Amino acid sequence: MLNVSIYRYNPATDKAPYMQDIQVDTGGRDMMVLDLLEMVKTNDTTMSYRRSCREGVCGSDGVNMNGKNGLACITPLSEVVKNNKLVLRPLPGLPVIRDLVVDMGQFYKQYEKVKPFLLNDTPAPAIERLQSPEDRAKLDGLYECILCACCSTACPSFWWNPDRFIGPSGLLQAYRFLADSRDEATEQRLADLDDPFSVFRCHGIQNCVSVCPKGLNPTKAIGHIRNMLLGRAT
Amino acid sequence: MVTSITSYGRSGTADWLMQRVSAVILLAYFLCIGGFLVTTPDLSFDVWSSYFNTRAMRIFSLLAIISIAAHAWIGIWGVSTDYLTTRMAGANGDTLRWIFQAACAVLIFVYFVWTIEILWGV
Repeated sequence: MLNVSIYRYNPATDKAPYMQDIQVDTGGRDMMVLDLLEMVKTNDTTMSYRRSCREGVCGSDGVNMNGKNGLACITPLSEVVKNNKLVLRPLPGLPVIRDLVVDMGQFYKQYEKVKPFLLNDTPAPAIERLQSPEDRAKLDGLYECILCACCSTACPSFWWNPDRFIGPSGLLQAYRFLADSRDEATEQRLADLDDPFSVFRCHGIQNCVSVCPKGLNPTKAIGHIRNMLLGRAT
Repeated sequence: MVTSITSYGRSGTADWLMQRVSAVILLAYFLCIGGFLVTTPDLSFDVWSSYFNTRAMRIFSLLAIISIAAHAWIGIWGVSTDYLTTRMAGANGDTLRWIFQAACAVLIFVYFVWTIEILWGV
């Protein structure tokens, strides 16, 4: 029997959040954490969490498992369970709507700030805007982000200033468009980031890198943005 | 863009660069003083005093004092805008931050003047 402790909070009925301790019979199988959540929900339908694709593509089921953020659907129990115990909490730093479901509004606001789309005023060619293979390769390691928020909610700077620090996810996206040869708004994008909060609250502790379920490196992208800002300002 | 009128250079890039440059200056300064202490076996007040009275050390010391003031302000400003906010310190967070920043500014200025007085006073 696996000892599972789950963060529970229903604002309609609970005065405060609490941890619910339950025992789950996994039959000795090494299942994904999402499978375990499904088993728990079968017995207690009031327990809430987000899920969709169940294969690490949609980014819906980001949760905190034994202190580390990750996607429940692609994290096997053997990777996170310590001493036969698993503690499940919502992603830290964001307001809890119910149980493991968080309000991602602040996270999306920061994403919106970086204008995550190509800005190009040149009339579009008849077919498409072509890129050389080398220019396209610059986007590798950037475009794969699925916006699960595991990185930004593992970042203390984002916890302290979620309204002013863009956060690792948003900054990875910012660099994805700064690095894109088809984008023409580099100067405007950099000017928008040159305040003491948007980029420079990153102190390079790399929590984002250690939790990213897609193996991406936001700290490296932030370093590239910083170098571009320095190049522009000095 | 968020405007921060109390940050050192009003720009994240400027603050970041100044923090690193001042850190390098301070490291060099303390290595220099440490090196002098280690390589001077008979250290007396006269030796110590004449070392600080050379033009090179006067320039280096003034640079170090300016660096420590800038470095301290950027660091303190960063810490205070992380923890002394309405989010982290409750409804009076902003007031607390302003008082803390003002107190630190006064303290840094006092230390700045005091250090100059110690080094070149009398």
